[in-house]
Amino acid sequence: MGPILAMVLNHKLRNDENSYGWGPVVMHWLIAFAIIGLYPLGLYIETLDYYDPAYRTVPIWHKSIGIMVAFTLAIRLIWRAFNKPPKPLPQPAVMQTMAKAAHFLLYLLLLITIVSGYLISTADGRAIELFNTLISIPAPPVEFQNQEDLAGAVHFIVATLLITLAAVHAIAALKHHFIDKDTTLKRMLALREEA
Amino acid sequence: MKAKYIKGLALASLITASPLYAADYVIDTKGAHASIEFRISHLGTSWLKGRFNTFTGEFSYDAAKPEASSVSVNVDVASFDSNHAERNKHIRSDEFLNVDKHPTASFKSTSFTPNENGGGVMKGMLTLYGTAKEIAIDVEKVGEGKDPWGGYRAGFSGTVAIQPKDFGMNYQLGPAAETVYMDLNIEGIRK
Repeated sequence: MGPILAMVLNHKLRNDENSYGWGPVVMHWLIAFAIIGLYPLGLYIETLDYYDPAYRTVPIWHKSIGIMVAFTLAIRLIWRAFNKPPKPLPQPAVMQTMAKAAHFLLYLLLLITIVSGYLISTADGRAIELFNTLISIPAPPVEFQNQEDLAGAVHFIVATLLITLAAVHAIAALKHHFIDKDTTLKRMLALREEA
Repeated sequence: MKAKYIKGLALASLITASPLYAADYVIDTKGAHASIEFRISHLGTSWLKGRFNTFTGEFSYDAAKPEASSVSVNVDVASFDSNHAERNKHIRSDEFLNVDKHPTASFKSTSFTPNENGGGVMKGMLTLYGTAKEIAIDVEKVGEGKDPWGGYRAGFSGTVAIQPKDFGMNYQLGPAAETVYMDLNIEGIRK
């Protein structure tokens, strides 16, 4: 009889060589659920007619959640600079490279989506109000020609690429879990095997 | 001989200085002494105003023969500006002006029926959203005369009410907002 393995929650805040700390894990899932919600919300906004009660509220949610994603991403990137993710689990070199490229692209597409969204709403110098509170995110000091239209086109295209790549990312995680039977997904759930 | 010379000079000066002189004018969009503004009712509560920032045009006007007046204007529809980026983006989208598909609008006059004040009714074809329709603009003459820089200018204002749904725009903004009122101001520099 081998040792009995039990899954336990990782108590550490920070990443170490073999596991994700719950800090990066929480930020990963906050952003994941936020963009899964924001994408259909954005499409829904486009369908609202002027007299819909949601016409005045849903765009505020979309923008406010988007700004919170921006802050979370900023903290996550700074965190990453000081506290590296754990070593990758063994897999063929090609898959390793693809995973690395996909993770880089997820960050890049997310960043472009955030910036382009911000540039739509601030194209006339207006600030973005966070949930109608006193907190507002000021517009950049300079604007460019047809900013809202260009930023709008970029926002839609890049967000679509992002949600598509995120789906591929999720499928890859499930493949690791069910086919390769490794701990890729468990690590991102801050779970650790303990004897 | 001398009398003839003076007479000729007087005639020449009369022709050049007279406002009764058939002329073609370029609308002074360069100096922005012209504007294409609109207003539409917001929920029946107030007027929402905006404008098209970019357009070019010319007109012909002769105070002695006002019925021969004509005007032609081309508007860059994407220059729609209501002082609110999110609204501008929405109005330029395919739900309203669809500027990607219909980037220019134009007005070409077909007839002018003058009144005694120098104004009148300017009829012509408005092409908007890819649809041409005849409209009649109520025109008032504002003034004409020499400018301080050696040129000669004439200016008019006009109003016209249009129904966006006549041109194929069917977005429902509510019963109070079915008509868009255009407020037009043109100042021309004589060519």
